[in-house]
Amino acid sequence: MKRVYVNEEWCLGCRLCEYNCAFANSGLSDMVLALKDKPVFPRIHVEGDEKITYAVSCRHCEDPVCVKSCIAGALSKENGVIKADPDRCVGCLTCVLVCPYGALAPGENGVMLKCELCLENSCGEPACVKGCPNRAIVYEERGETA
Amino acid sequence: MSRYVIIGNGTASVGAIEGIRSVDKTGSITVISEEDRPAYCRPLISYYLEGKTKLENIGMRGADYYSDSAAELLCGRKAVGIDADRRTVALDDGEVLPYDRLCVCTGSSPFVPPFEGLGTVEKQFTFMTLDSALGIEKSIDAASRVLIVGAGLIGLKCAEGLTGRVASVTVCDLADRVLSSILDADCAALMQRHLEEHGMEFLLGDSAVRFDGNTAYMRSGRTVGFDVLILAVGVRANTSLISGIGGEVNRGIVVDERMATSVDGIFAAGDCAEGFDASSGGKRVLAILPNAYMQGHAAGVNMAGGSEVFDKGIPMNSIGFFGLHAMSAGVYEGEMYEERTDTSIKRLFTKDGLLKGFILIGRSERAGIYTSMIREKIPLSSVDFELLKRSATTAAFPPESRRKMFGGAV
Repeated sequence: MKRVYVNEEWCLGCRLCEYNCAFANSGLSDMVLALKDKPVFPRIHVEGDEKITYAVSCRHCEDPVCVKSCIAGALSKENGVIKADPDRCVGCLTCVLVCPYGALAPGENGVMLKCELCLENSCGEPACVKGCPNRAIVYEERGETA
Repeated sequence: MSRYVIIGNGTASVGAIEGIRSVDKTGSITVISEEDRPAYCRPLISYYLEGKTKLENIGMRGADYYSDSAAELLCGRKAVGIDADRRTVALDDGEVLPYDRLCVCTGSSPFVPPFEGLGTVEKQFTFMTLDSALGIEKSIDAASRVLIVGAGLIGLKCAEGLTGRVASVTVCDLADRVLSSILDADCAALMQRHLEEHGMEFLLGDSAVRFDGNTAYMRSGRTVGFDVLILAVGVRANTSLISGIGGEVNRGIVVDERMATSVDGIFAAGDCAEGFDASSGGKRVLAILPNAYMQGHAAGVNMAGGSEVFDKGIPMNSIGFFGLHAMSAGVYEGEMYEERTDTSIKRLFTKDGLLKGFILIGRSERAGIYTSMIREKIPLSSVDFELLKRSATTAAFPPESRRKMFGGAV
């Protein structure tokens, strides 16, 4: 399946992906209204240091330890995409405790926000990829391990 | 066609169903459930009391789960005996179920010490099932004084769920600190202060020795008046079905890394099982939900003739109270690295060139990176530990590791 991949040699560390992600998932049509003067809770996070930067989002693992560990049945895998159900999540952060990629973080109200590849929001395709100025983040099919 | 029987209907049982069905789509699966309802998310019972989840959201899987999985659920029935030679399970109503492969997912039961005068307490509960949560809910009102015996994970989550719904919540424990199974003294003190700020009262290093109606007489000589008593002293693995047929039982039903018990054809998983602890190297009951699912899944795959090893279980917990999260994993042995503020603590424990354990309070960001270091035994020499100890980040890993993690399907 197609996943989001980042090329750390090309990542500028500009964090536009974080803003585009938060906007795409805000449900609002105006980026200023969605983001200005508000805490931003993106589902992709730029990590790194002064030498190297890269953006981390859910890997949509073939064998997702977060789904197996969720105490609330809030995480599920549908057509390869790991989804979080905000109505079921109780914000226990067990998924944060088990994700080896550090890809999950809670949102403003404490329930989990995670990358669902923008397939069902206003963007329709990963907003982080679409808005990356250096094409450091791509959305493509790569070799499956299974 | 293989006949699979699963005794118990919690997380491990669901893992076993899904493990079996990942290999064998046609064999018959029968699930014996003492509780009169489909599998639900047991840890959510405190969130239900707290009003953070609704009954309709508490089921572990969807409404058609058992029919979709071609599994027959026998609700409100209890397995009373196993005949390992004939490969049958006897139920409390006299029915005898034949099996080819059996999985024991019987979980654990609250341990209730023989307190003097306990029988005189009218409103008393344990806190392990949805029925117990519903019973507590019926028995409380805004004027209720609640006494909880046990300041562990179960007692404190119950206390949090009740705070705000009752007049007072007092928690006593013989241990001198809260959450003594997962937190050391300093971390427990930080959490206790936070809980007290939210209205909980504690009597630590003290416990009830006798009850008389609505009064608890404490070891210290104090008396505590209460309207509702909740006993959360501890739990015991339900092992009697296996010990009853001479199977190897320690604190839990002893299983190998394939979840097989010492009895041919019988597997065990979840809170009733004693499996391998990758952080200590020994065998231990790891009574946590992720472990139950993964053990159950491995058991199911192996029952169905597939091959799945589960040898990466470690003790770990993520638990929040009133917005402050405590995470812990592994064992607290070796050299300690610490960062502290007034409202947070990070403690990492390293030994023999490995991360062995951690406690993080108010510092949960990307904690899974630390957890996987313990689980996968990643040598500290292979990462930039100076960076990693300050911040849980994959930036501390060498580029080739990151390429593997982020460069392809995983």
